Amino acid sequence: MPVLARTLEAAGLATVVISMMPYWAERIGTPRTLGVEFPFGHPLGQPRDAEMHLRVLRQALGLLEQAEEPGTIVHSPETWPEPVEEATRDWQPPQPSPIIAALRPRFREILRKSRRGSPPPS
Amino acid sequence: MTVDSFKFLPRIIATYYRMAEVERRLPIPWTPLPRPLSECTVGLVTSGGLYLRDSQPPFDLEREKQQPTWGDPTYRPIPTNVHPADLGVGHLHYNARDAEADFNILLPIEPLKRLAENGFIGAVAPEHFSFMGFQGFPPDTTAWEKTYGPEVADRFVHAGVDCVILTPA
Repeated sequence: MPVLARTLEAAGLATVVISMMPYWAERIGTPRTLGVEFPFGHPLGQPRDAEMHLRVLRQALGLLEQAEEPGTIVHSPETWPEPVEEATRDWQPPQPSPIIAALRPRFREILRKSRRGSPPPS
Repeated sequence: MTVDSFKFLPRIIATYYRMAEVERRLPIPWTPLPRPLSECTVGLVTSGGLYLRDSQPPFDLEREKQQPTWGDPTYRPIPTNVHPADLGVGHLHYNARDAEADFNILLPIEPLKRLAENGFIGAVAPEHFSFMGFQGFPPDTTAWEKTYGPEVADRFVHAGVDCVILTPA
């Protein structure tokens, strides 16, 4: 998504990304990012919470007016109302995605090694 | 408050993101807002895999299942006056239950219309665009950068759109 934001911005459109992963936006370099501490699949918040959707949208639009330089990241004060374990379980697909299923053995090995004291991947 | 990007991620997916190699590319493009927000026409782009169930092909998830390192790079235009029941979700990387219950959590057309009605923005774009966010592993965004991103930008510019809100899934 940061790549699409950059492409649109370069074509003359002012953009803002509402991102659950400002970490990623920062690594790639995105014109304007509103970070939201929400589970994946929910950039505007919980379903049917129209007031929350409006608040997040106003924060994102405000950033279009206020940001003064590329790479601006603002963190939304909105919080997710469900417990972390529940939200972590609920956003994930019913089946692991094909790539996660394919990479799982490799990742398990990496996690096992990092628990044994090797430095974790950076 | 500082958003914790890893708060809701299981370890295996956190590892996936920490391992993914990405280069910060400078300069970051920049287009200043051309007029006050209250006069701007605003468009939406999501990567949640939304499509029109009856008139558009779904994203090619069958090929992704056969070839897990590949992701469909195409997009679907979604008109502003779309009926919620006409939207489907095709994406293998998140649970679509909540989006199917209320697509505004991914493509916030209804709240954007409210902001246009009360003058916070000028107008809502006539059409928005939906991508499917998984672009392979390692990610290959060439088609987005060279073909589909510029096509979407052209359509927005021709529709008089000034600014775009992007909502990844």
